[in-house]
Amino acid sequence: MLNQLARDVKASMSIYEAGEDQVYGVLAEFAHPGELLHAAEAVRKAGYRHYDTHSPFPIHGMDKAMGLGNSIVGWITLGGGITGLALATLMQWWMSAVDYPINISGKPFFAVEPSIPIMFELTVLLASLATAAGMFALNGLPRPYNPLFYSKNFLRVTDDAFFLHIAASDGRFSQEATTQMLRDLGASNVETIHDRGTEDED
Amino acid sequence: MADFHDEAPLVRGGLKFHDITEIVSSHTEKKTPLAWYGAFSLALAGLMLLVSMIAYLFWNGTGVWGLNNPVGWGYAIVNFVFWVGIGHAGTLISAILFLFRQQWRTAINRSAEAMTIFAVICALVFPTIHVGRVWAIYWTLPVPNQMGMWPQFKSPLLWDVFAVSTYFTVSLVFWYIGLVPDIATLRDRAKTKLRRMVLGVLSMGWTGANRHWRNYEKAYLLLAALATPLVLSVHSVVSFDFAVSIVPGWHTTIFPPYFVAGAIFSGFAMVVTLLVIARKIYGVENIITTDHLEKMNIIILLTGTMVGFAYITEFFVAWYSGVQYEQYAFVNRMFGPYAWAYWTMMTCNLFFPQFFWFKKLRRNITFMFIISIFVNIGMWFERFVITVTSLHRDYLPSSWDYYTPTIVDVLTFVGTFGLFFTLFLLFLRWLPMVAVAEVKGILPEADPHFYDHEGDGHGAHHDVSVSAAKH
Repeated sequence: MLNQLARDVKASMSIYEAGEDQVYGVLAEFAHPGELLHAAEAVRKAGYRHYDTHSPFPIHGMDKAMGLGNSIVGWITLGGGITGLALATLMQWWMSAVDYPINISGKPFFAVEPSIPIMFELTVLLASLATAAGMFALNGLPRPYNPLFYSKNFLRVTDDAFFLHIAASDGRFSQEATTQMLRDLGASNVETIHDRGTEDED
Repeated sequence: MADFHDEAPLVRGGLKFHDITEIVSSHTEKKTPLAWYGAFSLALAGLMLLVSMIAYLFWNGTGVWGLNNPVGWGYAIVNFVFWVGIGHAGTLISAILFLFRQQWRTAINRSAEAMTIFAVICALVFPTIHVGRVWAIYWTLPVPNQMGMWPQFKSPLLWDVFAVSTYFTVSLVFWYIGLVPDIATLRDRAKTKLRRMVLGVLSMGWTGANRHWRNYEKAYLLLAALATPLVLSVHSVVSFDFAVSIVPGWHTTIFPPYFVAGAIFSGFAMVVTLLVIARKIYGVENIITTDHLEKMNIIILLTGTMVGFAYITEFFVAWYSGVQYEQYAFVNRMFGPYAWAYWTMMTCNLFFPQFFWFKKLRRNITFMFIISIFVNIGMWFERFVITVTSLHRDYLPSSWDYYTPTIVDVLTFVGTFGLFFTLFLLFLRWLPMVAVAEVKGILPEADPHFYDHEGDGHGAHHDVSVSAAKH
C-alpha cells in the first residue's frame, strides 16, 4: 500500500515508473493549445490517470480538462508565514526582554508596536521561501533525469510544441491501443519513450 | 465615441511562439559583440573605482567623507535610499501589475526585476560601509556573540536591516522562479555540453508539464501577493529611519506613502532609461513596444505628481503645525543655503514629468529618455534635500554648518553605477532579458479557444469593440 501511495505521489509530480521492456510511455505532439486541451480531456474521459501535457507556457483551462484540483502550495505558504511570525515574535521577546534586557529610553523591554516591522518582514520572508521550496517539492524538482529527454522532438517543448504523454505505468496503457487513440485524436509524431536510465547517449 | 474596448496588441509584428524564443534567446547564444565588451570594460572600471574607494575608506575611516557636525548623515544614506527606491519599480511591475492582471508587464518584468536585484545590491553597500567600524556590521544581525548582546529591536535602523535583506531575498527568489522555464528554453537550444549542463542544473529539469505549471502558477501568484505588501513596507521602513526621529523636517507622518510613491517614480524612470537603450540594441522593439513605454510614462506622470503633492503638503503641515523649528526647516529648505538643491528637485520631479500629459511627448523615445534622466537626478536630490537640509541647521544656530561632499563621496557614488552596470550587462549577456514563456502566454494564439470556429480567432476575445466601433 505504501508503495502504491509513493507511486501516486510521484505520478502527481509527473514522475512514472517504466513498464516492461523499459517502455516509459507514449509521447504525442499536437499542433496547438486548442488541440492539446481537447486531447487531454479525451484522454481523461478514456479513463487514463498517469498522463501529462507539456507546453511552453501554461494553458488556460488545462487543469480543468485534466481534472486537476487546486494546487496545495497555498497551505505550505501559510505554514511558512505562521512560522516566520512566531519566530519573529519569540526572537524579539526573548532577546530583548528575557536573555539580556536593556533599558532604552525607558521603553518597555518588549512591546508589540515596535516589534511589528520585523514580525511582518520575517512572515513574508519565510512564507516566500516556503512557497518556492514547496512548489519545487510538489513538482518533484529538481529532476535532472527524465526519460522524455531522450526524445529529440521533445526539445521543442520549451519553444513552440505541445505534447501529451501517457505513461506506461497507467493501468489502461497498452502500447498499440494508446498510440492508436492518440493518432485518432489528431496527434502527429507519436513515439514510444524508453526509460534507458542515465546511460550515455554517445 | 472613444473606444475603450479595442486594446492594441501587446506584441507587434505578428510574432509567433518560435519568433519570440528566437529573438530573445539568440542574444544569449551568439558570439559576444564587441560593443558589449566595450560597455562591460567601462562598467568594470566603475566597479574598480568603487572597490578602491571602499578600500580607501576602510583604511582611513569615515573621516575621508564630507560628514561634519551636525550633518552626520550624508552621501551614504542619500545613495542608499536612492538605490533602494530604484529597485521598487521592478517589484511593482512584477508583483503589483501581475495582481492587477496588467498583461503588458510581461514584456518588461524580467529586466525590471533584474534591475531591482542589482539596485538593492548597490543600496546594501552603503549601510554596510557607513558604520565606520565595518568589522562590527554583524552586530545588526541576531548572531550570538562573545558579549552576549542582541540587536536593539526598537531601532528603525534595525528594521531596515530586516526589511531590505528580506526584500533582496524575496526578489531574488521571485526572479529565479520566473526564470526557470526560460532557462529550460535555453537548455533545449544549447549546442555545447557545458552550456547544456549549466543550464540543465539551473532549470532543474523543467519540462513544461501541466502538473508542474499548476503548482508553478499558484506559487507565482502567492509570491506576487507576498511581494506586494513587502515592497510597500520596505520604503515605509526606510522612511522610518527619518520619520521616527524628532528632527524637524523628518518627523512627519506623510513619509511612508510619500517615500513609496517616490520610489516607484524613480524606479520607473530608471526602467525607461535602461529599456530605451536595451530594446534598441537587442532589437526587441516588437516585444517592448512604444505602448509599453507610454504606459510607464503615465506611471511616471502619476507618481511624479503625487510626490510633488507630498512636497507641498509638507509645507502646509509645517506652517499649520505652528512649530517654529518645523517652519524654519522648510523655509530654509526653499530659500536657505541649499535652495539650489531644493529647486533642482522641484524642477526635475514635479515640473518635467508634467510634459507627459501630452500623448505625442510621452510616445517620443528621445524625449522620454531625457525626462527619465531628469527624474533620476531629481530623485537623488530629493533624498539629498531631505537628509542634508534637515540636519545642517538644527536647534542651535551655534552648531550650524554647511555640508560639502568630498571627492571620495562622489567617486563612491559613481562607482556604484559601475557595480550596477556590471551586473546588468552580465544579465543581458547570459540570461533571457524578456520573460519568454510569459510573453508567449499573452499571445492570442496561446488561448486554446483561439482555434474554435476554424481558427478565425473569434473564440478567444469576445470582441465587443467591433460593435462599439460602429456607433
